[in-house]
This record gives sequence, structure tokens and C-alpha cells, in this order.
Amino acid sequence: MSYIKKIKDEYLYKLNNNLSIEIVNQIKTELFGKNGQISNLFKTLGSLKTDERIKYASELNSIKEELQEKINSKLQEIEIREVNSKLENEKVDVTLPEREINRGKIHPVSQVIDEISSIFSEIGFSVEEGPDIENEHYNFTALNTPDNHPARDMHDTFYLDNNKELLLRTHTSPVQVRTMLNGKPPFKIIAPGRTYRSDSDQTHSPMFHQVEGLHIDKDINMGHLKGCLNYFIKSFFEVDKIKMRFRPSHFPFTEPSAEVDIGYELKDGKIVIGEGNKWLEILGCGMVHPNVLKNVKVNPDKYQGYAFGIGIDRLGMLKYGINDLRAFFETDYRWLNHFGFDPLDVPSNYRGLSR
Amino acid sequence: MKFTIGWLKEHLDTKKKDSELIDKLTDLGLEVESFESLNSDLDNFKVAKIINTEQHPNADRLRICDVDIGQENTVKVVCGAPNAKKDLLTIYAGPGSIIPKNNMKLSVSKIRGVISYGMLCSESELNLSDESEGITELNTSQYLDKIGKNFFKSNSEKVVDLSITPNRPDCLGVRGVARDLAAAGAGKLKNISNKNIKKNGSQTIKVSIKKEKNQGCIVFGSCLIKGVTNKESPKWLKEKIISLGQKPISAIVDITNYVMLDLNRPLHAYDADKIDKEITVRNSKNGETFEALDNKEYKLSDEMCVISDKSGVLGLGGIIGGKRSGTEINTKNILLESAYFIPRSIRKTSKLLNLDTDAKFRFERGIDPESIELGLLKASELISKICGGKISNFDIQKTEKFNKNKIKFNLSLFEKITGFKIKDHEIIKILTDLGFEVSRKKLELDLKIPTWRPDITQPIDIVEEIVRVKGYNNIETLEPEKTKIKDTLNKQQKLFHFLQRSVASKGYFETVTWSFTDSKINNLFKENLKEIKIVNPISSDLNVLRNSIFTNLIFYLKKNLDRGFKDISLFEIGPIFKDSKPGAQLTVIGAIKSGKVSRLIWNEKERLVDVFDVKKDAIQTLVEAGYDRKSLFIRDKSPSYYHPGKAGSVYLDKDDIEPVAYFGDIHPNIIKKLDIKTEGLVGFEIYLDHLKENKIKLKDQKPNFEYSDFQKSERDFAFIVDKNFKAQDLVEIISSIDKDLIRSIKIFDIYEGENIPVDKKSIALNVTIQSFEKTLEESDLEKINNLIISTVESKSGAKIRS
Repeated sequence: MSYIKKIKDEYLYKLNNNLSIEIVNQIKTELFGKNGQISNLFKTLGSLKTDERIKYASELNSIKEELQEKINSKLQEIEIREVNSKLENEKVDVTLPEREINRGKIHPVSQVIDEISSIFSEIGFSVEEGPDIENEHYNFTALNTPDNHPARDMHDTFYLDNNKELLLRTHTSPVQVRTMLNGKPPFKIIAPGRTYRSDSDQTHSPMFHQVEGLHIDKDINMGHLKGCLNYFIKSFFEVDKIKMRFRPSHFPFTEPSAEVDIGYELKDGKIVIGEGNKWLEILGCGMVHPNVLKNVKVNPDKYQGYAFGIGIDRLGMLKYGINDLRAFFETDYRWLNHFGFDPLDVPSNYRGLSR
Repeated sequence: MKFTIGWLKEHLDTKKKDSELIDKLTDLGLEVESFESLNSDLDNFKVAKIINTEQHPNADRLRICDVDIGQENTVKVVCGAPNAKKDLLTIYAGPGSIIPKNNMKLSVSKIRGVISYGMLCSESELNLSDESEGITELNTSQYLDKIGKNFFKSNSEKVVDLSITPNRPDCLGVRGVARDLAAAGAGKLKNISNKNIKKNGSQTIKVSIKKEKNQGCIVFGSCLIKGVTNKESPKWLKEKIISLGQKPISAIVDITNYVMLDLNRPLHAYDADKIDKEITVRNSKNGETFEALDNKEYKLSDEMCVISDKSGVLGLGGIIGGKRSGTEINTKNILLESAYFIPRSIRKTSKLLNLDTDAKFRFERGIDPESIELGLLKASELISKICGGKISNFDIQKTEKFNKNKIKFNLSLFEKITGFKIKDHEIIKILTDLGFEVSRKKLELDLKIPTWRPDITQPIDIVEEIVRVKGYNNIETLEPEKTKIKDTLNKQQKLFHFLQRSVASKGYFETVTWSFTDSKINNLFKENLKEIKIVNPISSDLNVLRNSIFTNLIFYLKKNLDRGFKDISLFEIGPIFKDSKPGAQLTVIGAIKSGKVSRLIWNEKERLVDVFDVKKDAIQTLVEAGYDRKSLFIRDKSPSYYHPGKAGSVYLDKDDIEPVAYFGDIHPNIIKKLDIKTEGLVGFEIYLDHLKENKIKLKDQKPNFEYSDFQKSERDFAFIVDKNFKAQDLVEIISSIDKDLIRSIKIFDIYEGENIPVDKKSIALNVTIQSFEKTLEESDLEKINNLIISTVESKSGAKIRS
């Protein structure tokens, strides 16, 4: 009896030491191998009397279990220790740079067009487009700007033929004409796109972008125009309040016509839109002239409505603090990187225009 | 359009402050460009007193003056004038002032070692007189209490600069502006004093307007003023002319200009003695020439309205006078012209001659035809007053009678358009104040349009007049309605926005470049498209519309390479042009990539960009947009600006004729020709207009989810094929052997060289075989294995590599 206890104590003590895996396996053999001490003790069971045998066997079994468990946990412990020490040697410098990130950019003009489309989508406008090359009729005459009208001089036009029949559109308004000629009222559209005028200096680019707006229905009046633009400007600049001023002006294709100023202030040399006490002109608008409606086969006695034209590039400059219009079109990699937008930042109704 | 407030008040009786008037002008639609002193430089000249003087230590003739300029401290000024003495009142110019005589800008400077803050001025330096001996001496009694004040007063009157829209010729005269202000309640329009001038005898130079087709002149009024003495204008007139930034010339010229600026009534004064017998207003004949007042000779074509005499053309009516009959300082007798020219005719002539004058600007917009006599009256009165002379009776030749235009205006139209109401009597008052003759008939007004408002032709114009005078701030702001008539974007527009962001997400920077470009670069990318020239380009290197997106992309790529960038990815989505007709344009994505991939990345091997980079970007973009990769078909044809051996085209379907995309290396000759310094240059293009609508839409229900859990097997093959044999064909042959069992095919190696004949290559593929019905047995696999080998060998002439 004391013999088996002695074996147990002796081996438990041994197994508490810091052992290698080989030593533990050797102990295992010493105890449970073919001629192991515990194995041999089991062999003696047959020679005992029944009642003694039962008792002895149970004691022997419990010691066997205890020792086996101890050996297994010892083996596990050693295994974990060895893996850990191996991993320790596999350590890399995680502060080394990651693999190359390929990050593209969306041009501010595209981003602003998407923002504008998103805002107007919310109030029921759809997007129409028209060709960059226009004929004189769609660009001017149909828009109540006949050849002898001095208003034509306000547009420095690029011509594609000597008869001045074909030209690069000087504004997006011909899209109004095309849309109305091809459909039936009501009309509720915006038309963003490229426009061209042959002047080029610090603040003018021979190509720029405009968005045209047109809403024609039975009873659309100047109050709707004001409401629409007020909504747009507030949404675009993402401000709660905006100071807005409508000034009478003149465009041949609208009557009455207005130019719209918004309030701003200068902070650290940058224009901040909102409630400042300076005025900035940002768009032209008005009620579509009855002559234009007649030209596109819409009865001006039944239908009326408004149109507006906004400079997209300029809106972008104001919102994002870009000072130089010409830089928009100069493809400076540094500029595109600085002012460009992440392609995943898609302006939308539900998640808003900006992050 | 410029004027001073003082001048405005000659027509407007008002107690309003300047700032209120300025705001009112803006509210009326007369946009105020600026409101400032024309010559603010003169504010730098102050009345000053010399407190003390001391001798300059290094110069006998210089003194250091202690000058009181009305500020807390005196300033030290070095002065060489002998009359610079203690207690003298004089004129001081501080640093920053510009001396009128020589336009020299003063700064703080050291004169012989002593610092001088500004300068004491002589009368000649200030253009006050020719007196240059010593500094100005001011009268003590008049100026003693003005030390520190501005010396120049008359010039400090502020000038209003209006930007007048083309529909408002009436406001090109001060009186028109005053009338608008009066209508808006900013004062009362003064009556023009109609003094009876003495007229003696008849106008003896015969005037006739020739009746002919497209005659540009309808009325020609004139009078003779005999025995004048032309001279310098009096001070008040000079100041008026100067205040607007113009140069006084002589009394006669200044008076005609003054009447024009005041009433928008252009006049012309001829030296009557230089007119050969009589005046005929007629159409020019092709080839006629004349020398204009701008000293240029003009060659006329048919049907330009000219004023002529027996010897030829005297002037272009309503545009410019001729040199031959111009007034001079010694002119004795003048003929004064006040006429009406048809805007269309003026515009046509000035366009043809490329001639822009103040008179043309006004006649083109429409002059009040009823102002002819008023103009003659006002100018002749002034001329006789200033230059003397006897005025003849007025001679008015007229080919047409003017009737005032009439409009019936339904009072309800106002609210219908503007959305708000104003009282009928207020409408009537506004219109009356603007010069309309109004008579009311129940709900309608019968209106006679003032002759100075050629822009008003229909009822909508009346609405504008009322709402503009009443104020746009009365228009309500209505909440926008959210009802939608149509989807925001159509299919093509959605595709545009999707592809744009898809390409950007692959590391490309989007750019926007001009639609025009340099024909020299464009020619390299034009292919068989038509060159579209711009008749009036802004510069010779922006002279054609682009036939390809690459033209500008490559140009700007080069600029960025020159900035020191090497690995550049750029794209643009926009129009290219096929012809100079509306609609003859395509929407195209062009993308280029230069340099290397993984340059200086510590754990990756760098390599040059290549055709498979852009092939991947093009195809991935199409796949992301919903096109099935398996249907896409590649051909090795590409436009000539690509490398002939390293470029291809993508078709949505094998049977399509039109490719949707190109990709490849840019042709080395182009890189050389444009002197582009890069290690590698590849690009791709996607033609949005060629992308047919997807049959399977995002909104459609997805097909049933089918999958197999039976064991997959993979088999590797290597086939030796002709060098020109296309991998795409090999994959097609294998995949069509058994579409149910062959689940995927991957090419994992291409080998040429040792052990392979020179004209052959080896293509190694990995084929995944899996059944939907059962786990394949070795015999099934063996069967399909053999089928793959035999089919490939028989269809392609390939040999399995053993």
C-alpha cells in the first residue's frame, strides 16, 4: 500500500520540475510502459483475493489516473511553452509600411455635379443633357436672342463654321429648348454640363460648367422659384440659414429676370457662406419668356414657370475654398490629389452630401 | 454708365442719403458696379503748416521742415524750396501719394542722410498752374482752420458706376436713372426746363434721307449754328467730363458728349464749312472708303447707312463721324445732327467693320426717337451760351412716323406670375411714374409705352416693370414640392456615374480637361475621324475639338512627369467629337497609367506598368458595371495609337461588331514624338455609347442558388501550341467540352524556350472538375481528362506536353 503511494508521491514530485518533453515521455514509459511500475502492479492483481483485489485495483486505478493526468498536463504545458518560444522568434516589425494603397480621386466638378443632382432629385427634378456642339438656333434664336440682339455680345462664342451656324454652346439653356421640344409639359429638369466662351484670363476659363434648371407647369410662379433656389443653396452649402437677395436683371430668355446674391463673410481670407453682410452673385434666373415657350410649342397662356443657370465650378470653389478657376482644368496631380474626393464618397439623399 | 450723385440730383429731387440711393439702384435692377471717388489718390494731399525749419546738415540749399499735418505729431520733411519758412501754410503729400505732374509715387526716403516723410508740393507739381518756383503758398485766412484736411475737394465727389443690361438703353443717360429712382419712391423727377432759345433763319444745308431698301436712318434732325468760337470748356463742364474719367476736348465736343451722357441722346457736330453742298443719308456702295475720327480708313460694303455730301462719305450714321468734316478749335460754323438709326442696321454695320463706339453701343440698344428735338435744343442752347453763335431753325427729315406702342395689360397677370398681390392703384402709379400713359378699363389697363423703352413689347414686360419697382423682396419663398415626374437619372446617366467612380476606385485621379485641344497632338489620336476646327480659337494650340480623350490626357501627363511624378494614373470621362454637328459626339472614358507598379515598396518587386494592368482595370470596371466576364470577348485589334503587338479591344459578346473598350501600351512612336519621358505608358478607353443595356438588371430576382457539395478535382494540362494561338480560344475549346462538369479553367503558366520549338509555346492550365450529381470516380475523371486532350489536340492542332 505504502509502496504505491510512494511511487505516486515520488513521480508527482518529479513531474513538478521543469522537464523536457523527452524526460516526461521517459517517465511515462517508466510508469505505464510494458514493464512500467504501474503496469507491473496491475499484473499482480490476479494473485490477490477477491475483496482485496477490488480495493487494490480501485486505489491503483485512481493513482494511475492522477499520474496520467499530471503527465498530460505537463506535456501540454511544455508544448505551449515551445510554440510560444518559437513564435517569439517569428516576430516581424509591424511598423513597416503596408503594401501599396491605390487611392483614386473624383474631380471636384464631378463631385459638385453629383451633389447638385442629389439635392434636386429630392425635390423632384430629373437630369437632362444636351450636346456640346449646338446650332445658332438652339443656343440663341429659340431663346429669344435673335441675331441683332446686343445680348449676344454678352456671350463670346466659339464658332465651328464661318457662317456662325455651328458653335460650342455658351450656356446650358439650349437643353431647355431640346427638352421642351421633345416632350410635353410639365417639365421639371436640371441640365448640368460643359459650356464654352472665348474668354480666358485669371477668372475666366474658355470652358466651364453650368447647371440649368427648368420647371414648367400650370401655375409655377416666382415664389416657387425663390423657394426652390433657397432650398438648393441651403442644402448645397449645408447650412441652416442663408441670406439671399434677388435683384432684377435681364436675360433675353426670362422675364422677369433676376440675379441672386448670397450673403457671405471673409474669415482668414476664405469666403464663408451664410449670414455675413457682403453679397456674392451666384446665379441668374427668371420666369421663362413667353416667346421661348412659343418657340418650343408650349402654350404660354396655359403653362408658365421658371428657369435658372448656375456656375458649377464657382459653386465648388465657394464650398470647398478653391481660389483659382483655371486650376480646375490644368490637371496638376498635386491639385487633383488635394481637392479631389474619394470615389466612395457618393453624395446621396439618405446619407447626405458630405461625411 | 457713370455719373456723380450731384449730376443725378440735377434730374432728381431727393432727400435720400447716397447709400439709400445706391441700394435703390440695385433693387431696381441697375446694378451698381462701384461707388467711389474716381481719383482717390488726391485724398493724399493735405493742407499743412510749417512749424519750424532748420538747415540740412549736409546740403546748403535744403532745409528740414517740421510740418503740422493735423495729426498728433508733426512730420519731418526735407525741402529745397526757398519759400519754405516757418508758419507757411502749404500742401503736403504723404508717402504713397502719386504726384499728378509726373506720376511719381512718394516713399519715405533719405535725402542726403536725413529721412524725409513725404513732400511739400509746388503748384506745378499738382497741375494747379505752371508755377514751379517754390512750394504752394496758401491763404492763411482761408486755410488756417483746414490743417490736415484734404486740399482737393471737387474731385472727392463719388462716382456711381452702373452696369446697364442691354434692355435698358434709357438708363444709359442720367435722366433715365433718375426716372427709375423716382418711380421707386426715391424722389421726384424734375421737369426739363424748356427755355425758349432764339432761332434765326432756316437750316440752309439741304438734308435728305434716300428712300431705299434697308435704309438704316428714319429721322435726321439738324440745325446750323453760325459764328461760334470753339474753345476750352468751362470749369463745370470740364469737371463733369473728368468726373466720369473722360478727357475734355473742346467745348463743342464736350457739349455733345454731355447731352449724350445726360439724356442718352447721341449727337454729332460737323464743321459746316467742310460739307460739300448738301447732306444725303443713304446706303453705302461696296468699295466706298472713308477716314473716320479714329484716324482709320474703313472700306465699306453694300447697305451701310452713311451720311454723305457731294464729295463722298462724311460719316457712318450712328457709329462714327468722319475726319474730313470734324470740328476743330477754329471751327466757325457747325451743323448739329440728332438722328434715329435702326438698331439692326447699326449692329450689322459695326459687326462687319468690327467697330465699337459709344454711339454705336447706344443706337444698337435703341435711342428714344422722340428725343431728337430735345437733343438739338439742349446742345444748341449750351453751344450758343458757351461759344456764341446764331442758331438756325431745326430741320427734321422723317421717313416714318412714330406711334407709341400699345399693350393691353390684364391686372391679374401680375399675381399669376409673381405669386403676390399689390393694389391696382399702386400698379397704375408705378407705370405712370415710369412714363406709361395708362387708362383703366375694368380689369385691364390700356398702356402706351414710353418711346424710350424699346424693350417693352408685351404684358410680361409690364409684370417685370411692376415687380422690379415694387421690389423683389416682396416675392414669397414657397416650400418646394417634392413630386417627381421622372426618375432622376436615366440608364445612360447612371452608367456614367457608376463607371466614373469605378475607374477612380482603381487608383486613377479623375481630371477634367477642355473639349478642345492642339491639332498637332490630336492628329496622333484622330484615327479616321474628321478634324473639327474652331473658327476663332483662343490660341493656335487649342484649335480643334478633341477626337480622343487621350489627346489632353497625354499632354497633361507629360506636364506632371515634368513636375517629377513618375507613377501617374489619370482618367477623364467626357465627350469626344466625330463631326461638327449637334449630337455627333460620344461619351468616352480615357485612362492612362505611367511608370511602375510597386516602385520602392519594401516587400514587393517593382515592375513596369503593362498591358495586363489596364486590361484588368478596363475589364474589372465592366464587370463591376454588371457585364458578365464570361461573355466578354477580346480581339487583338486596336487603334493605331496603341502598340500594335501589346493592345486589344473588348467586345460585350463574341458576335458584336463594335468594341466597348480598348486597352494596351501606347505606341512608342507617339511617346517619342511627344518627347514623353517615362519608363512605361499604358492606357484604356471605354465607349459608353457602345455599352448595351444589361439583360440582367440589379432589380431582377436573382437566379436560384445552386451549388454542389460533391468532391472537386483539379487536373493540370500543358499544351504546346503555335505561338500565335490565342489563350482565349484554348479556354473556349475546353470549357465547351462539358459545361456541366468543367467548372473553372485557369491559365497558370506560359512558356517559350528550351525544349519547345521556336514557333511554339506551352500553355499550362488548371481545370476544376465537379459534378452536381455525384462524386466523380477515377474512371469518370480519366474519361474527361482524355476528352480534354483529344478535343484540344483535334481542334487546335496542339500537342499535350509530356
